[in-house]
Order: sequence, then C-alpha cells, then structure tokens
Amino acid sequence: MTLEHFMDDAISPWMREEGPSSDIVMSSRIRLARNIASIPYPIIAEEEKLAEVRHFIEKEYANKSFNSYHNFEFIPIKELTAIEQRVLVEKHLISPNLAKHTNESAVIISENEQVSIMVNEEDHLRIQLYFPGLQLRHALEKAFEIDDWLEEKVNYAFDEKKGYLTTCPTNVGTGMRASVMMHLPALALTGQINRMMPAINQLGLVVRGIYGEGSEALGNIFQISNQITLGKSEQDIVGDLESVVKQLIDHERNARELIMKESTTALEDRIFRSYGVLAYSRIIESKEASSCISNVRLGIDLGIIKDTSRNILNELMILIQPGFLQHYANKTLTPGDRDVLRASLIRERLKLEN
Amino acid sequence: MECQECHKRPATLHFTQVINGKKSEISVCDVCAKEKGYVTYPEEAYSLHNLLSGLFNFDTSKIENPALHKMKDLQCPQCKMTFSQFKQVGKFGCATCYETFSDKLDPILRRVHAGNTKHFGKIPKRTGNDIQMKRQLYQFKSQLQQLIEQEEFEEAAKVRDQIKELEANIRNKEAGDQA
Ligand SMILES: [Zn+2]
Ligand SMILES: [Zn+2]
Repeated sequence: MTLEHFMDDAISPWMREEGPSSDIVMSSRIRLARNIASIPYPIIAEEEKLAEVRHFIEKEYANKSFNSYHNFEFIPIKELTAIEQRVLVEKHLISPNLAKHTNESAVIISENEQVSIMVNEEDHLRIQLYFPGLQLRHALEKAFEIDDWLEEKVNYAFDEKKGYLTTCPTNVGTGMRASVMMHLPALALTGQINRMMPAINQLGLVVRGIYGEGSEALGNIFQISNQITLGKSEQDIVGDLESVVKQLIDHERNARELIMKESTTALEDRIFRSYGVLAYSRIIESKEASSCISNVRLGIDLGIIKDTSRNILNELMILIQPGFLQHYANKTLTPGDRDVLRASLIRERLKLEN
Repeated sequence: MECQECHKRPATLHFTQVINGKKSEISVCDVCAKEKGYVTYPEEAYSLHNLLSGLFNFDTSKIENPALHKMKDLQCPQCKMTFSQFKQVGKFGCATCYETFSDKLDPILRRVHAGNTKHFGKIPKRTGNDIQMKRQLYQFKSQLQQLIEQEEFEEAAKVRDQIKELEANIRNKEAGDQA
C-alpha cells in the first residue's frame, strides 16, 4: 500500500518540475467526463450497478502502468478516513463531490500524481491530468492518450451529434474542462483583475479564486477555465483559453514591473513584512497565511527574496489547509489548534530553505 | 421574413452563428429567441442553477398547450427518469435520456453553450470509426462545393475522386457490419 505517499507530501511529484511561464502559471489541467453507455449514471443508478463500474475499473486498471504513468493505485473512497479524503481534495487529486457519495466511488492515481481518474463521481469516469506551468496543448494530447487507453475496454456513451453524453448538460459534447491555475498578485493588488473579468466571461471563460469562498481568491490564486463544451473542438477550446492566459501573463508582468518601478520600497516592505510574519508568528489563520505566502512568492519571482524556492507557494498553500494539518497531527483539531500548528509548520518549512 | 423556428410569426431578430469556423445566419421572432435560447442574459449566464431554472421557466407556458401536454410525461425507458425530474435536477439519468428528451434539448443546449447544439470535438478512437469517416465525407463535400464556386476544377476533380473512394469504403464497411 502506497497510500502514505499521496498523503504525506503536500507537494505532488510533478509540481517539482518547472513548466513554461512557471513564474505566473502554477499548473495546467485537463479534465474529461466520460460515461459507460449501458449503465445508468451515478445520480440515479442502483448501488450494484455502480459497484460493477468500480470493480471493472479495479480489475482492468489497478496497478497498471501506461506510457510514463506508473503503478496506478486504486483507492476506494470508503476506505479512507474523513481527514484522508480531505487531504486528497486539498491536493486536487479528487473533487469534493467524489468524497460526498462515498459508497461506490473510487479513484485511481498514477504514482507521480499527474493523472487521477475518478470513478462514480457525477459521471462514471472523470479523467484528470495536471502539468506544471502553461502546457495546455501537451496536457490535452496526454489526456487523449489516457482516454483512448480507457476506451479500449469501455463502451463510452457517445452520440454523433451531441458528443460525449454527460450527466450534466453543461458538460455534453467534449466533456472537457480545461483550466489553468495562475498566481496574479499584481493584477489583484491594482484591482485590474476585477475589471478584466467581465471581458473574460464574454469569451466563454470563467475566472474564480481557487482557495477561499465567493469572490475571494486566497493567495491571489485564480483558476481560468472554459465554460462551453459543445460546438467547438477541444483544440479550439484550449487555443482560446491559452490566448487569454497569455494575455493575462503579459498584463501581470507589466503590472509587476510598474509596481517595482514606482513603489520599490513600499513593495519591498510588504514582501519582507510578510516574510517576517511567516518566519516568526506563533498563531496564524489561513487567510493571513495565504496573503503572506503570495507576497513572499512575488518577492522570489522579483528577485527581492533570494535562496528560497518557488515551489513554496504550491507547497505551503496545501500544507496550511485544514485536512493536511489534521493529517499531520494525526487527529481532529479545533480551528484554534490549527492556527498554532499552521504557524509552526510554516516556520519549519521556511527554515529548511536557508 | 418568417421566423425560422416557428414558421409562424415574423422574424424580428437576426443572429450570426459561428459553428466550427463556419458562419451561418438565422432569423427568428422574439418569442422563439427567448424560448430557444438565442438570447442569453449575462447575469444568468454563469450561474448554472439560475440558468437551468430560468430556462425551464420558459417552458411552463408551453405545458399549457394541449398539443405539448404529453411532453410532461416523457419517461426514459432505460433509467425511468421523467422529463419533469430532469427539469428539477438539471441532470440526465443515462445515455438514453438524451434520445428520449431530444425534442426538448436544443433550446437548453443552445443557452448553456452559447448557441451551439452540435458536437465538433473528439470521436471515440475504437468505436467511432464510422462517424470519423462520415465527418471526413462531409468535409470533402463542402470542400468540393467551395472549389467549384472558385472554378478550380482540377482540384475539384481530385476531391471528387476522394469522395468516391470514401463512399465506397463506407458502403463496404456497412455491408461488412451486416454480414
Ligand atoms: Zn418564432
Ligand atoms: Zn435515462
């Protein structure tokens, strides 16, 4: 059983590699929703039908390797503790929705945590691939390979006119959601991101904060993804998304340069204060921690903070989440206890850097 | 000009749709524009729940219509989901639901997917061979049309040969499938 390694490291192995535009784009993700033609969808199917799906995937794909993805680990969700489920959600290896209907749901995850396939989520199968930096086209290519690998043994629910027949009408057609996770501190600081959102929405793309609730984007981390899945090819959808992401990268770089030029001292002050808070505080809430982590990462990107790795943003953002903290403590913690442990883990992590 | 959806009322709104890179024009009346989802309201567009319930609200007027009354009782033979259940949850129960509710789907899809109702993306590699060939045929045919319009007859002849070959392949395959 290798479940431990999914749980113990906040950072997935693939995150250690740097991808294109890694200073701004944290990761690219492709998700494909697929269903089995002859079986009712999870929202309505009887348990034994869903058990069939689960057993089939376990029998055919558990411990298999495919291309550069090795030893797919099959994990039935009901065998995980509530805290373990939460850790997988925080690492984005499963969706919160999968953890909700636990009985027949499962996930298979490749050793490097780059590929995860959720079983009996809203759809029978949800294939998900992550790549570091901006690599949407490459991710799509690899996602199609995994898709074909599954299709060798599964008859997909597919219709010539409507495409892949998903549970929700918002996914029908390609069944694809492509998304990019971006760190946009300068656009957030200058308020530009809010002004850009309506224009981005008009292009059929959605921008939202990935941590935090509502319009709040903790850690200035935003997710941009396609809204439309029907009427356009996957390549076109990905192309449109990529061109908007590239524009956002340019705007973010310009905004960073401008702040650097116009208010160097104020920016340095902000970054070093944040570093101080992370390095010395004894109690810290996730909101404050996220904002400090974002400032420190900006400091690293701008060369103001040296000898600290960029990965700190990815890693600390996961490390400070409630599930991960409780897994680390190996018990349930009150919010107050979590704030203390959070401060101590962040201090430890920063010490490792120097 | 009459509305291209209901063919009853005069068309008052004209839309240009770009589907798979091809432009097409459609003219509809304002009633159909709303009901069939040609117009979307920005504030609704990104809240799925509102979107779906808003969408189905348009349908309530139709249920009064006795000719359409039996639509309410549509039930999927495979998973037993009824159309009213589908309206409530906004999700399909199985692949067959798409067929069962097909008459009511395009307006919904059009509103969710910015005017689109037809898939142009990936086709399953193992099972989708026939569809792949048919799609290729369709592409050749529109290419042929274009070449003829541009009076490039030499090129057109080549494409016509490709069409013949592909059609023969499709016929052979169909014969094979039946045997
Ligand atoms: Zn009309
Ligand atoms: Zn059904």
